[in-house]
Amino acid sequence: MSLVCCAIFLVLSACAVVFAGQAWARVIVYGGCALTGFAGLLSALSYLAGTTPGGEWIFPLGLPWIGAHFAVDSLSAFFLAIVNGGAVLASLYAIGYGRHESAPWRVLPFYPAFLAGMTLVVLAADAFTFLLSWEFMSLASWALVMAYHRVRDNAQAGYVYIVMASFGTFALLLAFGMLAGPDGSYAFSSMREGIRAPWQDAMILLFVLLGAGSKAGLVPLHVWLPLAHPAAPSHVSALMSGVMTKVAVYAFVRVVFDLLGGTGWEAALVILVLGGASAVLGVLQALMHTDIKKILACSTVENIGIVFIGLGLSLAFQSGHMPAMAALALSAALFHVFNHALFKSLLFFGAGAVVHATGARDLDKMGGLIHRMPVTAVCLLIGCAAISSLPPLNGFASEWVLLQAILQSPALPEWGLKVSIPAVGCLLALSAALAGACFVRLFGVAFLGRPRTPQAAQAHEVDRFSLGAMAFLALACILAGVMPGLILEGIHGTVQDLIAGGPAPQGRWLSLVPVSEDRSTYSGVLVFVFVLVASGVTALLARRVASSALRRGPAWDCGFPGNSPLFQYGAGSFVQPIRRVFGARILHARESVEMPDPGDLRPASFRVDLRDPAWEGIFLPISRGVRGVAERCNIAQFLTIRKYLGLVFVFLVFLLGVLALWT
Amino acid sequence: MDVTLGTITLQAIQSAAVLGLAPLLVGFVRKIKAQILRRQGASVFQPWRDLVRLLRKEVVLAENASWLFRAAPYLILALTWVSASLIPVFATNLPFSGAGDLIVIVALLASARFVLTLAGMDIGTSFGGIGSSREAMIGAMAEPAMMMVIFTLALIAGSTQISHMAEIMASSQIGLRVSIGLALVALMMVALAENARIPVDNPSTHLELTMVHEAMVLEYSGRHLAMIELAAALKLLLYVSLISCLFTPWGLADAQTEGWMAFLAGGMFWIVKLLGAGVALAVFETSIAKMRVFRVPDFLGAALMLGLLATLLLFVSRGL
Repeated sequence: MSLVCCAIFLVLSACAVVFAGQAWARVIVYGGCALTGFAGLLSALSYLAGTTPGGEWIFPLGLPWIGAHFAVDSLSAFFLAIVNGGAVLASLYAIGYGRHESAPWRVLPFYPAFLAGMTLVVLAADAFTFLLSWEFMSLASWALVMAYHRVRDNAQAGYVYIVMASFGTFALLLAFGMLAGPDGSYAFSSMREGIRAPWQDAMILLFVLLGAGSKAGLVPLHVWLPLAHPAAPSHVSALMSGVMTKVAVYAFVRVVFDLLGGTGWEAALVILVLGGASAVLGVLQALMHTDIKKILACSTVENIGIVFIGLGLSLAFQSGHMPAMAALALSAALFHVFNHALFKSLLFFGAGAVVHATGARDLDKMGGLIHRMPVTAVCLLIGCAAISSLPPLNGFASEWVLLQAILQSPALPEWGLKVSIPAVGCLLALSAALAGACFVRLFGVAFLGRPRTPQAAQAHEVDRFSLGAMAFLALACILAGVMPGLILEGIHGTVQDLIAGGPAPQGRWLSLVPVSEDRSTYSGVLVFVFVLVASGVTALLARRVASSALRRGPAWDCGFPGNSPLFQYGAGSFVQPIRRVFGARILHARESVEMPDPGDLRPASFRVDLRDPAWEGIFLPISRGVRGVAERCNIAQFLTIRKYLGLVFVFLVFLLGVLALWT
Repeated sequence: MDVTLGTITLQAIQSAAVLGLAPLLVGFVRKIKAQILRRQGASVFQPWRDLVRLLRKEVVLAENASWLFRAAPYLILALTWVSASLIPVFATNLPFSGAGDLIVIVALLASARFVLTLAGMDIGTSFGGIGSSREAMIGAMAEPAMMMVIFTLALIAGSTQISHMAEIMASSQIGLRVSIGLALVALMMVALAENARIPVDNPSTHLELTMVHEAMVLEYSGRHLAMIELAAALKLLLYVSLISCLFTPWGLADAQTEGWMAFLAGGMFWIVKLLGAGVALAVFETSIAKMRVFRVPDFLGAALMLGLLATLLLFVSRGL
């Protein structure tokens, strides 16, 4: 079924190549993608519900005598549901949003291909098909990143992305090569049985961390996310941030949990620390940016960090032979994967709407949009509250389960884990608190206050398709938060297949009880009802008791009339205290104020310089090194044919010598 | 946990009691502070009188205020009220307590802060912005510190369910531990910051350079301001009750098994603890000066480190 969907995506892609110029092509392509995605979603859900059996299909494609293996199991069904669900809503949103596309032929053909690539990665059941689909997905998304290639900085974003993507695929290639072993068994089913030395396991884990981590945006391989994700059209940004990073998480879970079957506790500790670092560094960078789409891309790094904390915790519990706790941590990670797909798509859709309405991506060019775009404002507010992990929304539910898993860590046997997991918990709490500040800033500066530019004052609400997609996602955020038990029940089968000996399903939809009633309970629906009733009661009492008189007047101007909208707190000033506290040390934030001399008519200027430690510490030295080596080798370009032949000869002798010594 | 008419009544009594007593606690602290400064001081009932007067006044709303600005006071009060209802103040195992644990209580307060900081930015004046910006910084430091305190206590008690934690802390199996002391100090520092008390913020100031909480709510008036003030008073009561139920859990009755006399005694104990905390807060506030805004991160960073130290010491220390 899902393979049929892939085929339809590819056909749509081919059609789009031919008809992209036509006005109706947009509706056909996006409408077709939405319907196809819906069919894929239904088939994934029916597998998760246990009504359709999975299976393995082998097609005579790809490598001769091996063929292309595809399989559906509970893990791929869960991620298929996320990919296809994201595809449905992004396509629905794009039916309206794509109307304003200036060059649809740069987007339409690649969009269905991108969806097909992500679906194929999740379905692939042998290394060759997996890598081919992975590269296909990367290239299709790269083409979408380059859709507006004439915009300044986009070409560089595309360049960094393609380098990182190729590097990631290369690392995965090495990982699968080691998994396949000397007899070259490419199918996942035979890799599971393979017997490897511990150092081989460690190398495989390292390569998968590099390959999947670079796609997911794990620190320090996150530098391309804030460049590439915002460059694409907003519905593609939503897919890249909300769904493609999840495909990378899938690759990690598939290899480490399924094919390797767990790791040692040292590796789990490394993953935990990387997750914690990603969570904090991601949200700090999100706080520093003023570009609304860059903020969202950086916050993806944060959420991927949270997911990896859950995965690392699960591996740690697995190595300590505590399957029930390992299952709890893995459920938290997968639950957060689901939640992040929901609210990050919602936020990118909202950002697209705002960018379209105001014509700017800079927060400091917005303001007061809550009056002009009321529906978008409500949806985005729900998304902001959900990603800030506030109860009773879904972001809180998954972080709560994760914190419960962290609290079980003292039962682990290793001291290294015992002592460091609470510190990772501290990083998690810090990132949640900073995310709250980050999204207050995003919503407050863009939607509240007074408009800062004439365009913002004239902004208009977006079309119904976009609003429908956003409203659906906002509703899903509330439902998943109020009934977290329902989602965890859906994840349960996947978790049980990955971790042998996990707990039986709870069968509770109203409240979450991770371990026992004495330890901790959380009922999203009760909290939701309590808050509703309490606010209703207070509002009703206030109406009965209090005076209902209301007078509109000008805001208090502190005695300085002529209050310009620029006097408001902006994106930069809001974050100044946090920048001084955290940014100075971690991001090397430097503020410089330039005051013109008295009598000089130049405006005073204020500048903030930020440096990404990963970019400065790793990527720039590497790129400098590569450039240096390339310049040294440059002389080899201008030799005579005699010298070239001499080089070939010397190299041949060298290789023969190596061969002679080897044998 | 049984939900009977009796326990529901108890829960209703608690929810009403926290709301009714919160302004009295604020009034009591003010009275004691005035007494220490050799002033007569206003009556303990003055905050309630202020609230009633505010309710009777008309609301003056800025021209560009949105629906969020008008809905925020009710939402903030509701979120604070729900979290205050989850804390066992005089009886444990009340019917609401299963709805959420200590982490949920803290997260509900974070939600209230989220709404309040947004409301501060709605009018678009510098005052609201400066308040929201500083509140966001304080929250970003205070919440992780609070979480570390929760970690410490949860690891000691083996639970985050607050009724259960209080029962374990009350039992003799815990004993005195260094970690509990460190966690208590950290929690008190967080409580001072969260409630905008000296030395982090001054609840009675109107000087723009020192304001945090008052700057955010500057544009509020009438019934909206009444809701905000009531929520602020409720938050103070909530933190005092939280500290007392975790660190001095004496006299708490069990709602499932015990009778009315125990509840009455629990109520008396609670009021005595509130009075004690009120006196302590007043003495502390009169004996210390407010610190600069950019010293607050050091203060809260110390709380965070104390919390982290408390957690780590759990693994190496032994109970006495």
